[in-house]
Amino acid sequence: MKEILSVNDVSFAYPTENQKKNRKAIDHVSFSINDGEWIAIVGHNGSGKSTLAKLMIGLLFPDEGDIRLFLEEVTEETIWELRSKMGIVFQNPDNQFVGSTVQDDVAFALENKGVPFEEMVKIVHESLELVKMEEFLNHEPHHLSGGQKQRVAIAGALALKPELLIMDEATSMLDPQGRDEVIRIVSSLKESTNLTVISITHDLEEARLADRIIVMNEGKMLFTGTPEEVFAQQEILTSIGLDIPFAMNLSNLIRKNGLALNGEYMTEEELVNELWTSHFNK
Amino acid sequence: MDISLQQVGYLYGKDTPFEKRALHEVNAMIQSGSYTAIVGHTGSGKSTLLMHLNGLLKPSEGVVSVGELDIDRKTKAKKLKETRRRVGIVFQFPEHQLFEETVLKDIMFGPLNYGVPEDEAEKRAYELLELLGLPKDVADQSPFELSGGQMRRVAIAGVLAFNPSILVLDEPTAGLDPRGRHEIMELFHTLHKKENLTTILVTHSMEDAAKYADQVIVMHGGTAVMSGSPEEVFADEKKLQAYRLGVPRTVKFQRDIEKLIGRSLEGIALTEEALAKMIVTAAKGDLSC
Repeated sequence: MKEILSVNDVSFAYPTENQKKNRKAIDHVSFSINDGEWIAIVGHNGSGKSTLAKLMIGLLFPDEGDIRLFLEEVTEETIWELRSKMGIVFQNPDNQFVGSTVQDDVAFALENKGVPFEEMVKIVHESLELVKMEEFLNHEPHHLSGGQKQRVAIAGALALKPELLIMDEATSMLDPQGRDEVIRIVSSLKESTNLTVISITHDLEEARLADRIIVMNEGKMLFTGTPEEVFAQQEILTSIGLDIPFAMNLSNLIRKNGLALNGEYMTEEELVNELWTSHFNK
Repeated sequence: MDISLQQVGYLYGKDTPFEKRALHEVNAMIQSGSYTAIVGHTGSGKSTLLMHLNGLLKPSEGVVSVGELDIDRKTKAKKLKETRRRVGIVFQFPEHQLFEETVLKDIMFGPLNYGVPEDEAEKRAYELLELLGLPKDVADQSPFELSGGQMRRVAIAGVLAFNPSILVLDEPTAGLDPRGRHEIMELFHTLHKKENLTTILVTHSMEDAAKYADQVIVMHGGTAVMSGSPEEVFADEKKLQAYRLGVPRTVKFQRDIEKLIGRSLEGIALTEEALAKMIVTAAKGDLSC
């Protein structure tokens, strides 16, 4: 397994006007991510997850510790080279369009890199196919729905064949339908391309699909584990302002009302099946 | 104060080559003291409709009545000013509208402009800080030094400073984390009851509409296509799907269970608590027979 990213004992504080440093936004955080993993970084607003994202893409640099991308340290000198190996999708779909049509937008970065025309056309088509937006080649980005816009943004990132895709709250401004679309696309990409994905989110339903979840609170990494392991810590999650998945919350309420359930259920489907086998199908 | 919309239509860029119809034949009645949710997918016209509720836009056709004030395309701007006092709108990301040096000044800005005496405006501002659960000492701080959630509360206080009798909320929880969302929604629910407001919530969240609203209006293609109690509106899943909307998760779960057991459960589960009770009652009933 190849290491894609490592964060080594990193701390960071935003400077204030009078040169004094604020409370640490990131406080001695360490973790690493391997090739092909899908990682969700979750935390409430102000937990440090967005600062962490900025450090990973070199918009900020650590005060202490270091960050390595593809085994190389992220510094002001190396960041340009390193950024060419990653794709980033931001929160607001309206702030990241440059092209006047969907295909122009996806082609933008390729043109900058001087990719030959024939190859570029091929890559644009392939990328849009991956996000199931191939029918929208000549549409204006501004007339698309939020979910479609984010899918085009993902296609733009994929066109550069990145080794790492970072999504910084890429679904938080979308309506429920748009959110589902984007999550479905990322899941299928993960299956078909073995892409490494880091998704920064406060949506635990989205985090549930990841291989591993990193929970941030007050600048520190609170804990990390598989979704099953993390969601087992229900009380801690609620106490730091995060939600537990709908099916788990409903299970708790059903138990409170005096009906026994076997085990824990993270999805509605699992819970419906359990109810059926244990309580209705008799 | 009742709000009624009669045959309301709106055209952007009327009489220009870019004319575009955003609303047509919207009819709706919002009763004084009610909590109404307006739902619809992106582009359904709900934001345009919202701007008609306090005269930011005048209808190209039809009449919008707020209490005894009628607004149509010929209404003079002076009359609209009065409407804006009665109807407070909390826009999406209201914290982007903060601008003053201190939190107190920001909250007092609106009332002072409307000629409210300074001591009265200040008293109201302090009351609002308390009502919104903000510590008293933020009053003298710059609003830009506060956390995102606190900034949003200050901006909401600025809207409430007018003592509006109608409060319109446009996606008030966008971008907040789950706890922030829950707190803000509960806050509006408390305000709704305590200040005896008429509340209108524009939202993507069917769950919030089901949990808080007495009335749900569904917008689609620029007009109101459904309206009724949440029980009525969310009972018709097929129709909602045609408008590119879903039912709340609780209702979806109820339908999944019903499919498996082959019969309908009584009522419709609008909250997780109600759903849990419904399931437990049904399961126990099944065992006893």
